[in-house]
Amino acid sequence: MDDTFKPSRRAFLRGSAAVAAGTVAGAATANSPDPLITELQDWASYTGVGVDETPYGMPISFESHVVRRNVEWLTASPISSINFTPIHALDGTITPQGCAFERHHSGAIELSKPDYRLMINGLVDQPLVFTYDDLMRFPRENHVYFCECAANTGMEWAGAQLNGVQFTHGMIHNMEYTGVPLRTLLQEAGADISPDKWVYVEGADASSNGRSIPMEKALDDVLVAFKANGEALRMEHGYPVRLVVPGWEGNMWVKWLRRIEVTDMAVESREETSKYTDVLEDGTARKWTWEMDAKSVITSPSPQMPITHGKGPLVISGLAWSGHGKITRVDVSKDGGITWETARLGKQGDTKALTRFYLDMDWDGAPMLLQSRAMDDTGYVQPTKAQLREKRGENSVYHNNCIQTWYVNAEGIAENVEVS
Amino acid sequence: MSKSPNLLLPALGGTALVLGVAFGVMNRDYAADKIDTLETRVEQVNAQASAAADKAKAEATRAAELEAKVAEIQANAQAQLLNASATQPAPKTDGRLGLGRAALPEEIAAWDVDVLPDGRGLPEGSGDVWTGEEVYVENCASCHGDFAEGVDNWPVLAGGFDTLGDKDPVKTVGSYWPYLSTVWDYVHRSMPFGAAGTLTPDDTYAIVAYILYSNDLVDDDFVLSRDTFLNVPMHNADGFIVDDRAEQEYAEWRTEPCMENCKEEVAVTMRSVFLVETPPEGGSNSVMNHARTVDDLPTFSAAGPSFIPEAAPQPATPAPTVTKAAVSDGDALLEQGKKVFRKCSACHAVGDGAKHKSGPQLNGVMGRAMGSANGFKYSDVFQEANAEGRTWTAEELAAFLAKPKAYMKGTKMAFAGLKKEEDLTAITAYLESFTE
Repeated sequence: MDDTFKPSRRAFLRGSAAVAAGTVAGAATANSPDPLITELQDWASYTGVGVDETPYGMPISFESHVVRRNVEWLTASPISSINFTPIHALDGTITPQGCAFERHHSGAIELSKPDYRLMINGLVDQPLVFTYDDLMRFPRENHVYFCECAANTGMEWAGAQLNGVQFTHGMIHNMEYTGVPLRTLLQEAGADISPDKWVYVEGADASSNGRSIPMEKALDDVLVAFKANGEALRMEHGYPVRLVVPGWEGNMWVKWLRRIEVTDMAVESREETSKYTDVLEDGTARKWTWEMDAKSVITSPSPQMPITHGKGPLVISGLAWSGHGKITRVDVSKDGGITWETARLGKQGDTKALTRFYLDMDWDGAPMLLQSRAMDDTGYVQPTKAQLREKRGENSVYHNNCIQTWYVNAEGIAENVEVS
Repeated sequence: MSKSPNLLLPALGGTALVLGVAFGVMNRDYAADKIDTLETRVEQVNAQASAAADKAKAEATRAAELEAKVAEIQANAQAQLLNASATQPAPKTDGRLGLGRAALPEEIAAWDVDVLPDGRGLPEGSGDVWTGEEVYVENCASCHGDFAEGVDNWPVLAGGFDTLGDKDPVKTVGSYWPYLSTVWDYVHRSMPFGAAGTLTPDDTYAIVAYILYSNDLVDDDFVLSRDTFLNVPMHNADGFIVDDRAEQEYAEWRTEPCMENCKEEVAVTMRSVFLVETPPEGGSNSVMNHARTVDDLPTFSAAGPSFIPEAAPQPATPAPTVTKAAVSDGDALLEQGKKVFRKCSACHAVGDGAKHKSGPQLNGVMGRAMGSANGFKYSDVFQEANAEGRTWTAEELAAFLAKPKAYMKGTKMAFAGLKKEEDLTAITAYLESFTE
């Protein structure tokens, strides 16, 4: 065998270094032949791992930085806390369960299918108890929906705070759910479904996290879901059964759902009075602010996704969504909102689901103030932070759907900024 | 089928051509009647051919129509497939499927414990402020503070009056919560953190009475019960309005947005306060952004940036780091202990970098003197144990964890105790595995 084709450990390391540097001078401008091409590499010669090496596969080690992350000082304890989806590093629209953000009020619990019980009581003809197997016998549906925490972007009310789209906008995920319409279960119990009634839902965990849902919504599109993206829900997302409340704030998507009670008034639980209410400038607070208004953000370039390739073709990409319906249009500005151009949607928007947008441009290396602005099929246009502050002041935590700005400098480094 | 009428036309044209050629080579010396006959026949054939052509044309037209119709029906069928069978919602069940079983009264009583704003759902019982203080200190103070002022990041329960109009409002039971039912329901059902569902109705009435007292909402001789429940005036009862975004915001923001010359000039007014570093072990560290001046940044106009600055000092961007997940300990007992420790983890930390929470960090707890973790403020009973020179052994620890309040009377640890012998063995082994 010719020496040239011997797998060379040193060449392998050299090759890796070239890739890791990721500089503008890529193979296209190389003056010398690329050893990754000219030299036989280990992976092209040795065999790889066999099947069943990992019976349930994880992302390859090179992607191990694409994980959920928290910000410790935001909360008193990780048991009652939040972490963030690495949306900067994802593309398309579906969020893999393993990196979809978590929000627990008293930790994620291990509740098995055999131990699972779901009760329906209150204003019903017949209070019922279902097992997991019972639920599997009701006609079921599949829908893709986003789930956004009401506090997503909440830090940013006070100005540009956290430098990374994962941290400013990562309390969101988008999955395909399989479940039984809530209305089916209400009907099974002979519930009083008159429009002035409410459905109170609670979880089996220590926090219980009860929320009241008006009957109209309960009969509309709420799902009692047991699968996400085709597989069982993850523990941290409410295995074995969670509620899916399309377009409405994530806190209502009760995990480990154990009880559904039909009531004649809202329970006014802790999560719908002391939390998840919006204090306005004069100190009065809005309650029952359930819908998540249209919102969008550029995920790349962004602080965690700087431009590393220099001038030339650049793909600007981001996500848009609306709790009121479909995204119909996303505009992108490169100059902080002076001029806008309409971006291309990855595919037509689905109702209450993430929509991916792209703007393909030729970057001349000049600094940019990148913004995106979503519109939904009600005609609603995503507001600026100034517009929101004018209506609500800055006392609130929740429902901040303002236009986000990234300052991209001549080197391609992006930073979270606020603009005039 | 659809193609055949089209094929007829060229076929007929061919016949006419053959006849025409035959006519041209005819000998004129044949009898005139023969010619007449032939001419007549040619006319007949021509007429027939013409009729056939017309018929063929008509058939072709009809075929085209039929083809269009078939395409239309196919398209309709396709659309119906998409709209009907493929994406049909789950069928509406006429009547019930008869799934599940009747919920028993005892089961409903066990789970249906929510309390409504009008007091429905409150059980029998009562509690006064002074009893409440005792129960509160025992169960709640380790996180919420002796005076409901909140420890570390844990919620403040009292005070904060007249702060709701501030940029950082202090939202306490007194300043913000509109309904007393919410307090009772939440304390009874979800508190204390790490031991939810263990408070009796009397305990709950007492704790809630104490929280009300801490907020100056009741006097110190107040007794809370179903009878007095609706008499308590909540400070912020009228502080809420139902979502009015539709009128206040949507009506204004449903407009065709500006696309060009929307502003004259744009300047950066604020840079991010925190940079976020992402350590390989997970989580993240946020650090202050020291390059926060906006002076060196360009302004923007329709003509572009006012200048192209030297690249700013790079904010810390997370370097993609490649790490392997920690290999989990195969030891079943330690695994079991780790699970049991979840019951403790609301208040205690153990392992690398463990810090005090509302309870002391537990690295090296086994064999160390009781009440000796540096920098932790212990209850009197532990300070005494420390003075007496008592140390943590496996036996002491197991006895303490079985019945904390009985074994160390006066401990602030709000934990009911581990009932199972195997859990005690496992937690002891688990804690023993962490040395200082």
